Amino acid sequence: MDAPLTQAICPERDALIERAEGLVRDTTLASVARWKQDRPGSKAIGFLPPYVPRELIHAAGALPVGILGGGDMEVVRGDAYFQSYICRLPRSTIELGLSGALDVVDGMLFPSICDVVRNLSGMWQILFPKSFVRYFDMPQNFEPEIGGRFFEHEMRSLLSDLGALTGRCVTDDDLRDSIAKFNVNRREVRALYRLRAEQPWQVPSSELYALVRAGNVLDVDDHTAMLRAYRATLDASPRRPKDMARVALRGCFCEQPPLELIKTLERSGCFIVDDDWVLSARWIDGDIATDGDPLWNLVLAFLERAMPCPSLYELRKERGEELVDGVRESKAEGVIFAAPSFCDPALLDQPMAMACAKAASIPATSFLYSENTGQFQVIREQAGTFADSIRLS
Amino acid sequence: MSPIATSVRKDRSQEQQKALIADYYGRLGALAAAGQGAPWTFVPGNLTELLLTFDPLPVLPEINALQSGMRKTSGEQVLHAEKLGHSEDVCAYVKASIGAWHQGNVGPTGDPLPKPNLLLLSYTGCFTFLKWFELLRGETKAPTVMLHVPYQAQGGITNEMRAYVVKQLRETVVPALEKVSGKKFDIDKLREHLRLSALAEDDLVRVLEAGKHRPSPIDGYFGAVYYVGPIFTAYRGTQAAVDYYRDSWAEIEERIARGEGPITPDGPMGEQRFRLVVEGPPNWTHFREFWHMFHSEGAVAVASTYTKVGGLYDRGFRHDPDRPLESLAEYCLNCYTNLNLSSRVDLIADYVRDYDADGFVVHSIKSCDSFSAGQLLILREVEKRTGKPGAFIESDLVDPRYFSAANIKNRVESYLQMLGQKQAVGGHA
Ligand code: SF4
Ligand code: SF4
Repeated sequence: MDAPLTQAICPERDALIERAEGLVRDTTLASVARWKQDRPGSKAIGFLPPYVPRELIHAAGALPVGILGGGDMEVVRGDAYFQSYICRLPRSTIELGLSGALDVVDGMLFPSICDVVRNLSGMWQILFPKSFVRYFDMPQNFEPEIGGRFFEHEMRSLLSDLGALTGRCVTDDDLRDSIAKFNVNRREVRALYRLRAEQPWQVPSSELYALVRAGNVLDVDDHTAMLRAYRATLDASPRRPKDMARVALRGCFCEQPPLELIKTLERSGCFIVDDDWVLSARWIDGDIATDGDPLWNLVLAFLERAMPCPSLYELRKERGEELVDGVRESKAEGVIFAAPSFCDPALLDQPMAMACAKAASIPATSFLYSENTGQFQVIREQAGTFADSIRLS
Repeated sequence: MSPIATSVRKDRSQEQQKALIADYYGRLGALAAAGQGAPWTFVPGNLTELLLTFDPLPVLPEINALQSGMRKTSGEQVLHAEKLGHSEDVCAYVKASIGAWHQGNVGPTGDPLPKPNLLLLSYTGCFTFLKWFELLRGETKAPTVMLHVPYQAQGGITNEMRAYVVKQLRETVVPALEKVSGKKFDIDKLREHLRLSALAEDDLVRVLEAGKHRPSPIDGYFGAVYYVGPIFTAYRGTQAAVDYYRDSWAEIEERIARGEGPITPDGPMGEQRFRLVVEGPPNWTHFREFWHMFHSEGAVAVASTYTKVGGLYDRGFRHDPDRPLESLAEYCLNCYTNLNLSSRVDLIADYVRDYDADGFVVHSIKSCDSFSAGQLLILREVEKRTGKPGAFIESDLVDPRYFSAANIKNRVESYLQMLGQKQAVGGHA
């Protein structure tokens, strides 16, 4: 049976969500174009999931723009570049590139998340030979003097290349200012996450998802203001408590689920109290220090406090243990593994996570999606049954 | 890489290769029977000489998977893993390996395999390696040591990339091997293995570059997987490899002198009508049938990229005893799957030109994003660059469900017909 979302009339909140959803759906990146128009000569730099240090882009005077595929846009040319057994995100990203929708960004960064994105970086170099393209190799060795030094060099090269592109000689103080702004932003994101875990009826995940994703195409201060305004509406106009099954959602760290999918899960009786979507918004747990060498602080934060992600080697724990920790922390009662079709990192991770969930007696279910999934009936029934089983147990 | 099919006609080097591989699995079986463990590791970016310095014989799960594919047992292993909850859509090597572990950890020759006492995760050119050994770590509880090899994204190796790999070798990999073997690292022993590697590599390059002759005395794809077998497995850095490659080259020289082509499973190859370059790994479950589709139509592979996943020796790389750790690092950084797309296009286009090929075939593998993502662009770019037509064929490595013989045969035949028509019109295809 469908559970209605927890509604309270609040026009300000509705307006904020409408804006956030509009930004999420707008694959033409009109907000980025506006940002650039207001600052003649400025640059925007696109980046793919899961993480790049946005502070570097910001400090170089450019706008970091998270590119998370093309949603449900029609993909024609992109399909001609990929075999049927490759996920959808690179197809729609190529489609965006070839259709000119990404002309507004002046460069693209491809982090080391998987072989597909890695090879996509090479495709970009060939297809768009004049554009600024960098592969961003994150270390898989977490010793400061080994992986840290390598990463420091990666970051310094990127910063210097970005500075050359924007014409700005970036100082340590520029970087400190940027780190401080993103610290504030991450705090706001985390505050919403905490609130959702404590009172999920107050912060529906479909709203949180849209709000956090909107940060991909906004200036950091603008985004922080949006998150604060949203939180203020919750104080001014709280929603009534509701009882639904609390679930953690996993597998969405790259190709993003459609907004409708999140709404479907909520309608089928699930409070999503933990997730791994839009990881770049909270990749670093806690604040990054602004004293001392700011670039080294970014390196250390990555080595010591990066979010768990299937693409990063799990050194300290068995795979799946971090899921159990996340479930405990968020007081989730079950886990939904929602992997993008043909996503190797997510699908290879899943058996380990499933086994850990089982060993910890955490109920779990799984399904596949893609960013353009349009039929939700089966998922709705599956999630509804799962939610019922949790509530009845 | 190193098939041991039985009812197949072989040349001398294939017999030698078969003996080496049988000996390898026999020694692994003996270790297992004695209750001893062994390090498990991958082919691209393998550190065989370093491992040999500490004496252990590595287990190579990719080789086990492909050998199982050749012997038609991989299908069962894959299904077993899927029953355990592994997705249909991930690399079939991983599933064959997980399936084999659950079915008693017996190798493709029927010999038991030693359990891992170390999972040496050389992370070169493929993200799946990372997940594969995380999965095996969960199954086997073996300690794991990671060697992260940065990607050649900008088309070269920087000092920082090399220094990062050397530092990991020195500070994490060597101590882990010392711990597991109970032996101190002996750099002179390593130098000796590297010296032997370089000797074998010289002759391997002669063997592979023999494809430049007309007629080609080797098949540089199907036939060459036999040639690379010993150096891709546990023999790099040994006298046995030096002897094997010296003898193989001598045998090929004889064939060149007699103007002979390669020996295929169905006997000596006849007229060579088409010279092809091949990109992508072969299918192992129907290896012989796949090869037949080409050689029966007079198509010979003169060069391939797959035979470079274990090292790009033909581009000049040699292990160097005077720079032991540095050259190991460069070896890892230089494997084919660690090259960016432009470098892969350059390499294939160079092969088409240098080996005077009539065309090229991209064999796209469902399992393998590392090879496959971007191959359609590679196809276009190489066609554009060389003016030679390419063919695109899809199947899988060790999952027999994805080898659609009729479709593939159709593709190959129409492609070769098209090359034939071109030849009829203008001399060369
Ligand atoms: S969805 Fe998965 S396979 Fe596809 S690009 Fe993202 S991480 Fe890679
Ligand atoms: S994805 Fe490709 S390179 Fe990686 S393990 Fe599988 S077959 Fe090998």
